[in-house]
This record gives sequence, C-alpha cells and structure tokens, in this order.
Amino acid sequence: MGRTWTLIRRRLLQAIPVILIVSIGIFGLLELAGGDAVDAYLAVTGGGDPAFAERLRQQWGLDAGLWVRFLAYVESLVTLDFGWSVVMSKPVSVAILERLPNTALMMGAAIAFSACLGTLLGGIAALRKGTAADAGITVGALVLNAMPSFWIGLIAIVVFAVKLAWFPLGGIASFDRPDLAIGRVLDVAWHLVLPVTVLGLAYMALYVRLMRSAMIETAASDWVRAARARGLPRLRIVRRHMARPALLPVVTMLGLQAGNLLGGSVVVETVFAIPGLGSLAYDAVSQRDLPLIAGILLVGTLMVIVVNLLVDITYARLDPRVTDDRVRAGGA
Amino acid sequence: MMRHWSIGGVIGAAVLAVLVLVAIAAPWLAPGDPLDIVGRPLLPPFTDPRFPLGTDQLGRNVFAGLVHGTRVSLLVGLAAAAAAIGVGILVGTVAGFLGGWTDEGLMRVTEAFQTIPTFLLALAMVSALGASTVNVVLAIAISSWPATARLVRAEILSLKSRDYVDAARLAGMSRLGIAFREVLPGAVQPVLALIGITVGVAILVESSLAFLGLSDPNQVSWGGMVANGRAVLRTAPYLVAIPGAAVAVAVLSVSLVGDAMGRRLLVSRER
Repeated sequence: MGRTWTLIRRRLLQAIPVILIVSIGIFGLLELAGGDAVDAYLAVTGGGDPAFAERLRQQWGLDAGLWVRFLAYVESLVTLDFGWSVVMSKPVSVAILERLPNTALMMGAAIAFSACLGTLLGGIAALRKGTAADAGITVGALVLNAMPSFWIGLIAIVVFAVKLAWFPLGGIASFDRPDLAIGRVLDVAWHLVLPVTVLGLAYMALYVRLMRSAMIETAASDWVRAARARGLPRLRIVRRHMARPALLPVVTMLGLQAGNLLGGSVVVETVFAIPGLGSLAYDAVSQRDLPLIAGILLVGTLMVIVVNLLVDITYARLDPRVTDDRVRAGGA
Repeated sequence: MMRHWSIGGVIGAAVLAVLVLVAIAAPWLAPGDPLDIVGRPLLPPFTDPRFPLGTDQLGRNVFAGLVHGTRVSLLVGLAAAAAAIGVGILVGTVAGFLGGWTDEGLMRVTEAFQTIPTFLLALAMVSALGASTVNVVLAIAISSWPATARLVRAEILSLKSRDYVDAARLAGMSRLGIAFREVLPGAVQPVLALIGITVGVAILVESSLAFLGLSDPNQVSWGGMVANGRAVLRTAPYLVAIPGAAVAVAVLSVSLVGDAMGRRLLVSRER
C-alpha cells in the first residue's frame, strides 16, 4: 500500500500552500471589513465605554500591528481556535462541528446521486447518439443546469410537500422522533429526499456532458473496435471497454464539484430549513458574524481538500497507470 | 456565418437578443420605480390588463419587476464575467509567459481559489464589504477567474515556443510585450468557449445572493423577487415561479449561445 501513502503524503504537502493562501485571504477580508471582535462583542452585550473597549482590545491582542495580529490569527488557527461566534453564542469550532454531520450527509448523498444518475444518463445518451433520447437527455441537462437551485427547491416544496404531501416541508427530522433507531434513520432519510434530489439535480448536468463525450470518444477507439472484432457480447463491451475508461474523468469531476455542492448547500439548506453548515453560513452572513463566516470558509476549504484526496485515492485504484512517478508529478 | 450555428444556438441567440432589448427598453416598457406600490396586493397573473403578471403581497407590479430585473441580471452577469475573464487572462498570461517562481506562485494562488468553495467566498465578501451591486460583481468575479487563467496559461505554454515568438524576441520586443501583443491574441480564442459558462454561472450566483438577501435593497432583482414570494409560497406560487423561470431562461439562452460559439471554434480549429 506504499503507493497510496505516497499519494496521500504528496497531496497533503500540496494542500499546505493552498490552506496558507486561503487563510491569508480570509485575514485580509476580515481586515477590509473593519470592525473587530470587540465591536461585535459590544454590539451584542449592549455596548461599553471606550476605555473598556480599549482594555478588551489589549486583552485580546487586537491593538497590535497588522503583522502581529496576523501571526496571532495563524496561531489561533493552528490550535483550531476559530474565535467566538456572537450569533450562536458559542465557540465557532463548536458551532461548526455541530452542523457538519448534517451537511456531510446531505452532500455525500447528493454527490452520489448526481454522479450516478448523471453518468448513467450520459452513457445512455452516448449509446443512443443522435436519437431523440440523446437530444432529450442533453437538452434536459442544459435546462436543469440553468435553473437556480433555490427555485427548483421551492417548486419541489410546492409540488411534493404542499400539494402531494409526500415529503415533509423541511427540517432534518420529525419533532416526535421514532423510538427505534431504524425508524430514526428512515425519518432522516425521508426528510433528506427532496433537498438531496434538488442539490443533486442542480449539479448533474456536468456529469451528463462529461460521460456522454467520454463514451463517444471511447466508442470510437481501437480497443473497442478490437473487442467487437473478437465478437465479445455488446453489454460486456459497453461496460468494460467503453464505460470504465470513460469513468476516469468523471471521478476527477467529483472532487472539482465538491466545493460547488458545498456552496449550493447554503441555498438548499436555507430553503429546506436544514440545520447544516450552509444554513449556518447564511445565519452568519445575514447577521455579519465574521469570525463564524471565516471559520466556515476554512472548514469548507478543508472539506474540499479531503474530498479531493479521497477522489485521488479512488482514481489511483481505478487506473493502474497512475504510478509513483505520476503521483510525484502531481498528475492524475 | 450561420453555417455552424445549431438550432439551439439560434434559439439561444434570439432569446438573448430579446432579453437585451427588454433590459435596454425597461424604462419605457414599465415606467416608474418597479418597487413602487401600484395596485391591489396579490392579484393573480392574466386578470388585470394593467398588471399582466399580477402583483405581489405589497401590490407591486410583477411585470415591472421582471423587466427591470432583466437589467440587473444581465448587467451583473456580463460585468462579473468580463472582470473574471480579464483577471484570468492577465494571470494566465503572466504565469505562462514568465514561468519560474512567478508561475509557481500564481498557480498556487489559482489552486487556492479553486479549492475554496467559491459561493461561500462570494457570500463572505458581500457580507464583509456590504451588499452593493459593485461588491456583488467583484465577489462573483473573484470567485470565477481560475478556469480562464488555467486555460490561457496552457495555451500560452503551447504557443510561446513558436517561430513567430522567436522572431519577435529577435526583433527586440520586451518579454511582456511579446506576451500580450504576440502570444495572447492566439491564446484567448479558446477563452471564447468559456464566456457562455462564465456569464451563466455569474447570473446564477447573482440570483442566489439576491435570494439570500445579499443585493442592493433599492434595486429589484429576480432572486430578490423569489425570496419575497417565498413568504406566500402556498397561496401565490406564481410570485416564485415567474422570476425563477426568468433566471432559468436567461442562463439557458446564454449557455446555448456559449455552446454554439465553442462548437464553431472547434470546427474552425480542426480545419
């Protein structure tokens, strides 16, 4: 398993400058915004005289120069201290950790849903290239891609929650939680059907397009012609010789899409009232809780890095051509 | 040059032309401030000829909002995309042409911007700097330039060893002069294929920000109209359906045109 470890080590090393640049950027943004933690604190606690504010600034190390403050900021990040959230009135790290599981669950399900359905539809479109099915799938993907996710979400609520009453209006679980564990799991799943579908559909188009063009490419390849000449069954050719190599760019896309889905979760969680990272970001933004926003941005970046790492490992398993050399060159 | 335009491209171009005309003619199509209260609240569409698309819960004209919202959406979308593509071209050209540490540094920054969830970044920026139209444009631009930068850099790298570049170097042109005057014109062509996607994403992000209440409150926008209609979702779903559909139509037309442009480019390159 040495190869996988080399890969993980390389990727983590590559992540360091990214995290550094992102934290510099966030620090710069907080500086630009003006108003520090003391202002936020005083605004909530009902104010205080300038002398008290000055004392607090000294106490919190906010009266020092830019460079010192930046170092203090980096130091607090290293110790995973993201500061105090005024809106949630608890440490930022606690507020984020509380909300993380819901978002991770929703994102994971949405990524799986959009990737599976997208590649399936893209594959079908490629096999039926030029037919009505191909045109329907291609146009459908384009139209879905153009719809704002909050709009799809609200329409889904009107149709499936209000009119048909198949699914709940929002939230992550019922107030009267079922006693049995299995019942609770089903309850959460039932609540997640609409948001996951909406989030997945909004980001599905890319997979459809990618899979379609990759399949059309592999269909014209020499090895598929050779497989046909050998008289292999059609289904086997489609699965082993066309779909499998075509899946590689799709796997890469999973990592690139992770950040987009996390952004999309803000809107979807707000629409469906799901207590996750996205709706936390919305609360932070609408009440200008800057430490909380900064913390969410950093954690979001870390999440994207982790998903990309998982994608890279999967990729290396899928494609035996990814050797140590290519890992070192930062390929794949 | 209609030869390579697909049906989709033609439809997209026609719809986009109509949207641009509506945006330009907004003050004549729906005179007055679209945020003014002008009639009875919650009139359904197609009931009163004065308010063809009905009124919202405050008695504001939905048609007027839709028409004026076209301006905001297209303007923000185009401005943000133009800024993003401009930054992307600049970064990509400098990185690709200078190479070395400059390239390394700029690529790390590009990577950072591709890793950070861009919508969260846009949210944070608008929240920190204030919800004005300029800040919304800036936030969208800053979060969507990396794709262009990478594309331009790759093109520059493949072009910079050509003979005509060597000729320019022998003629004594400065390095940046060669980069921007000789190499760049050849490298920006493929960027044309990205314009449609970039503008479409910019319109979607603008509408999402407006939906979350992060846009100029004194300006009507499609996303803001949907957010407003959400309060009466059960009784008057048209207040959500109409402006949201407008976003979808605008993004769809832009991406169809972009698609057609990209495909034409492919055809002309293959020749």
